Amino acid sequence: MNWFYEPLQFAFMQRSLAVAVMVGIICSVVGSYLMVQRLALLGDAISHSVLPGLALAFWLGANIFVGAFIAGVISTVLIAWIHRRSPIKEDAAMGIVFSAFFALGITLITTIQKDNKIDLNHFLFGNILGVTSGDVRDTAIIAALVLVAVVLFYKELLFYSFDPLGAQASGLPVGRLNLGLMVLIALTVVASMKVVGVILVLALLITPGATAYLLVPRLHQVMWLGSGIGVIASLSGMYLSYYFNLPSGPAIVLVASGFFALAFLLSPRHGVLTQRPRRSAQSLSSILSEEA
Amino acid sequence: MAPRSIRTSNPDANGNPVIAVDHLTVNYRDTQALRNINLTVRPGRLVGIFGPNGAGKSTLMKAMLGLIPVVTGRVTYGDQDLAHQLDRVAYVPQRSQIDWTFPSTVWDVVMMGRVKKTGWLKRFSATSRQLAKEALDRVGMLEFKDRPIGALSGGQQQRVFLARALAQEANIFCFDEPFVGVDQKTEAVIFQIFHELANAGKIVLVVNHDLGESITNFNQIILLNKELIAAGPREWVLTRDNMTRAYGGHIGFFGHAA
Ligand SMILES: Nc1ncnc2c1ncn2[C@@H]1O[C@H](COP(=O)(O)OP(=O)(O)OP(=O)(O)O)[C@@H](O)[C@H]1O
Ligand SMILES: [Mg+2]
Repeated sequence: MNWFYEPLQFAFMQRSLAVAVMVGIICSVVGSYLMVQRLALLGDAISHSVLPGLALAFWLGANIFVGAFIAGVISTVLIAWIHRRSPIKEDAAMGIVFSAFFALGITLITTIQKDNKIDLNHFLFGNILGVTSGDVRDTAIIAALVLVAVVLFYKELLFYSFDPLGAQASGLPVGRLNLGLMVLIALTVVASMKVVGVILVLALLITPGATAYLLVPRLHQVMWLGSGIGVIASLSGMYLSYYFNLPSGPAIVLVASGFFALAFLLSPRHGVLTQRPRRSAQSLSSILSEEA
Repeated sequence: MAPRSIRTSNPDANGNPVIAVDHLTVNYRDTQALRNINLTVRPGRLVGIFGPNGAGKSTLMKAMLGLIPVVTGRVTYGDQDLAHQLDRVAYVPQRSQIDWTFPSTVWDVVMMGRVKKTGWLKRFSATSRQLAKEALDRVGMLEFKDRPIGALSGGQQQRVFLARALAQEANIFCFDEPFVGVDQKTEAVIFQIFHELANAGKIVLVVNHDLGESITNFNQIILLNKELIAAGPREWVLTRDNMTRAYGGHIGFFGHAA
């Protein structure tokens, strides 16, 4: 167990492991909602859109978490607005908004980079080893907020994400539930930036939940198992990065993807190798009927 | 024949409130889906909404519940807007609107019918669980309660949604195409429950498209094709003239050869 304790003697490793674990949990929980609502692309959109908020906050000396959060929320509002007020489809609206925000963010950061000591790469790919104790505190606050919100509103969010029309028809305020979900996603993305950067956040949001989805049948189970997978991926990614001198964000994502590949091949209910005869016939017919 | 309007917002003979649809027009961006619909839906009978594909049947149901914006018109239940009394409504959307690969079990779906009644920040009560059990039992799906919904047949899925509606303890039941992918035996079970609800004084509104023998289950029919063709007792509405105006050309329907 020496290999386990050795990195823990460094304060920076303790901080980064703490943040990685918290982020592994909330990404899997919130990402489960994105996955079941087929909104994976929205996670990508929000994560790219936080960049200009980060840059402006940095420039103004404000809290970068707050700046990033505001930019993320503005981008989702813009996406919904374009989608509703024009014949543009939602995915196209996301593509337009997130690339525009991303481009603006890169421009801003490269501009202020000249006068300040900041590194664009840290935003794009994360900089978990540079986590400060302030970051640990902010991440803990965000994680607590997100988890408490999901627990308190679990039954409403389940109904809404499964059957939005039915939920609306039963009198639930679906507009506010949707907004709340967007806020949770934006908070989660903001908290994850230091760990994996804006480009790879999507992997932490989707992959652990998708892995769990292949293994267990109910949403809360997907969230629990997904969190477990997210935590293990975060921890082992960090250790791999420590011992083999790998970039930590990509190492975490690669471990998570490895878990997904295993579940995809071997899941008792949906595995490609374990379910060969029935599944392949069924998926062929579902492919055909989807094309019809 | 002019559309027969049976609109009135007065309660029915037993003092039960009715749904009154008043000058309802609905557009989707630039296409008009419904034009100037006026009708009354009374409790205690099984009311069917019929019309060809794209006639606006689903649109009418959604617009009545305030789920989509309307251009003009008002829908009231008693003396208030129906959209403000949705806790009295149980609505089951068209099957194609549901993602059947969603990670939830039969039990999870039926309990969704108890979410609004349970209220914010509260856990489901024992009464709610009891109601859900009874509802599942009534549709014959209790033994499937731990099944993932993706592992059910089409008819079983419809019955689960019916159970969810029953668990809502609503006064107004709205079903969009509940017989799609359902065999005759399940169809009979579902109609039986619809009749029981109607006999218990509920409002039961069902979008359907089968013009065969099953149409005799409906006491009242709303015939639609973008505008209201006719609404009223089945025998009045199902005339050759009305059916031609709704469906265009010659159409076979129960009791009449094509
Ligand atoms: N979300 C939407 N956006 C734009 N047009 C729509 C939308 N939903 C329905 N329409 C159009 O409105 C009209 C009425 O649709 P609706 O779904 O109410 O018909 P329906 O009678 O329920 O048909 P079906 O029998 O196929 O279910 C159709 O012409 C349809 O193309
Ligand atoms: Mg329809």
